[in-house]
Amino acid sequence: MIMGYLPNFIFLALLILGGGIFTRNILRLRRNIFLGKEAHRNDRKQQRWKHMIRIAFGQSKMGVKPLAGFLHLVVYIGFVLINIELLEIVFDGLFGTHRIFATVLGPFYNFLIGSFEILALLVLVAVILFWFRRNVVKIKRFWKAEMKGWPKFDADLILYFEVVLMLLFLSMNATDVLLQQKGVEAYVKAGSFPISQFLAPLFEGFEVGTLILLERSFWWAHIIGILIFLNYLYYSKHLHILLAFPNTFYANLEPEGKFEVDAHIKNEVLLMLNPDQASTTAQADPPEKFGSSDVFDLKWTQLMNAYSCTECGRCTEVCPANLTGKKLSPRKIMMDTRDRLEEVGKNINANGGTFNDDEKQLLNNYISPEELWACTSCNACVDACPIAIDPLSIIMDMRQYLVMEQSAAPQELNAMMGNIENNGAPWPFSNQDRLQWSNE
Amino acid sequence: MKLEVPTLASLQAEGKKASVVFWVGCAGSFDDRAKKITKAFVKILNHTQTSFAVLGTEEACTGDPAKRAGNEFLFQMQALQNISTLDQYGVTKIVTTCPHCFNTLKNEYPELGGHYTVMHHTQFLKSLIKEGSLKVEGGMYKGKRITFHDPCYLGRANKIFEAPRTLIEKLDAELVEMKSCKTKGLCCGAGGAQMFKDAEQGDKEINIERTEQALETQPEIIAAACPFCNTMMTDGIKNKKQEDTVKIMDVAELIANAKNL
Ligand code: SF4
Ligand code: SF4
Repeated sequence: MIMGYLPNFIFLALLILGGGIFTRNILRLRRNIFLGKEAHRNDRKQQRWKHMIRIAFGQSKMGVKPLAGFLHLVVYIGFVLINIELLEIVFDGLFGTHRIFATVLGPFYNFLIGSFEILALLVLVAVILFWFRRNVVKIKRFWKAEMKGWPKFDADLILYFEVVLMLLFLSMNATDVLLQQKGVEAYVKAGSFPISQFLAPLFEGFEVGTLILLERSFWWAHIIGILIFLNYLYYSKHLHILLAFPNTFYANLEPEGKFEVDAHIKNEVLLMLNPDQASTTAQADPPEKFGSSDVFDLKWTQLMNAYSCTECGRCTEVCPANLTGKKLSPRKIMMDTRDRLEEVGKNINANGGTFNDDEKQLLNNYISPEELWACTSCNACVDACPIAIDPLSIIMDMRQYLVMEQSAAPQELNAMMGNIENNGAPWPFSNQDRLQWSNE
Repeated sequence: MKLEVPTLASLQAEGKKASVVFWVGCAGSFDDRAKKITKAFVKILNHTQTSFAVLGTEEACTGDPAKRAGNEFLFQMQALQNISTLDQYGVTKIVTTCPHCFNTLKNEYPELGGHYTVMHHTQFLKSLIKEGSLKVEGGMYKGKRITFHDPCYLGRANKIFEAPRTLIEKLDAELVEMKSCKTKGLCCGAGGAQMFKDAEQGDKEINIERTEQALETQPEIIAAACPFCNTMMTDGIKNKKQEDTVKIMDVAELIANAKNL
């Protein structure tokens, strides 16, 4: 008797395992993100909701590239809707039922399954086109230096995953429909199969026993595949399907040209210029460090940005520095930040929750000053990002570290700053001559 | 024609006030090419009898290049000094011909206590037309092919795309857009303090790339609205040996010329 429930137990165990590892990863992700400094992004809730709904949910920035935007929309809608089917799979798996929703939903069930099948086909086509764009058309932004190795493999792997999952879903239905036709017990006559009916002939010659075995195998492989994919997210750029939402919610809503004015420094400057206006309490202590040289110095929103990056390269593609062959790539800035943060996270995992200094940092070990100094602060990358990532803020924070902590600006910039300090202009002209143009 | 350029200090001595302060900026004050833009704008201000004043020797760098080079401290020093000067005269409204000054004054000074209405000169000129004090007709630019290069700190950074275009259209010119314009506008290469240093190792200069995009539109004039963009594009055109056929002009210069000011 107990043996009869074995599949249910195995299913439950798999679900707990898959869900458990996923939860652990999400908690680690959260912990890593909050290694960053405070960011004041809890204001203007209404505007933030709108921003998120428009950009993440509504994918408003994806339309800039109409074909990619459309294909992406197909995969996105397919992904979300087909997941309703997942709910049924979970019920069936736990309670040993088969197509439990069929009895509850009646004729609507046919419509539902039929739509899922059509979506599955569309997703399949979209994913194959995506693969083509990457690997045959070789769109330039997918083949930049920072995409070598794992990032390239990751991008393809996601596509293969999706192909396999969709094929399993359709094969499962194809064998199911045959079993339904043969009137096999437990295979309730339910669902409509506009796509998988064309796959069914492939399985027609099999005996009932083999068919049941096949149907069950597809069913199990499908759900196990989904659990694996779920846990793959954390290690992949595919994480954007979750993080795009908080990332757009907590995005910078100010004009792009407005760079943050550092409150600690403000107090230092006030102490020098008008001591009576300087704060003696809040933000009174100078920070331990000006600017950022490692992930700990960045804000948590910047770290979340790094985990959200889809490596699509829309930023790098429009970066004037990258376009003209400089080393700087805003996408690499985000990938480096994430990779360093992951390294720090692993260090923390290995050391029982505390970080052991590894004598590395984001600056130099990942991002070179040469990259940082090539940026024109033009905001093209920020504007191009489909999920409101801001590579420029990281570049600026790191420049601040180079200049204010290390006095390591390029020589010409030191000269420029010296001029501003001495005569109030970036060039060595006397301030007394400021109005000369009016007499020339 | 002698330019009328009152300073805030001189007006104060006479017990007068200006309705707007013209923030000339460092390039506008010292750079030979940019000084022409400054003068063109002042000519229009004089022509329209706009009540304005400059800070003159009391103006100092806004701190923009220092901030973007990473020196937040120096930026704030500059900002607080400028704010104290502006506040001492009770300034409420500023117009500037430099998008970098514009952006910094408008977006970054408020947090340091400097609250002003800040306008870019293209917005200001547009408002003069709207009020009726400035009338612009095609004149010498009628039918000319003009492309407009969006300065990053005016366009993308502050979403001002229409004001300069409206002015160009007022000249009865043929406005042609480059393949990357408005939010997608390509930088001239000067921003983020790059103006003051050599570029990093690469295979091309940014201003050359942008100049090529501009030349694709086969313009007679490349209109700019930033003294730094102007320099970069002028260098680009020289590099392409097209300086005799294609002119780089600020929108204010176009208007001043069209009116024979
Ligand atoms: S802001 Fe800097 S990194 Fe971003 S596109 Fe412009 S030059 Fe490239
Ligand atoms: S930062 Fe944005 S635009 Fe750039 S690669 Fe990542 S997701 Fe794409």
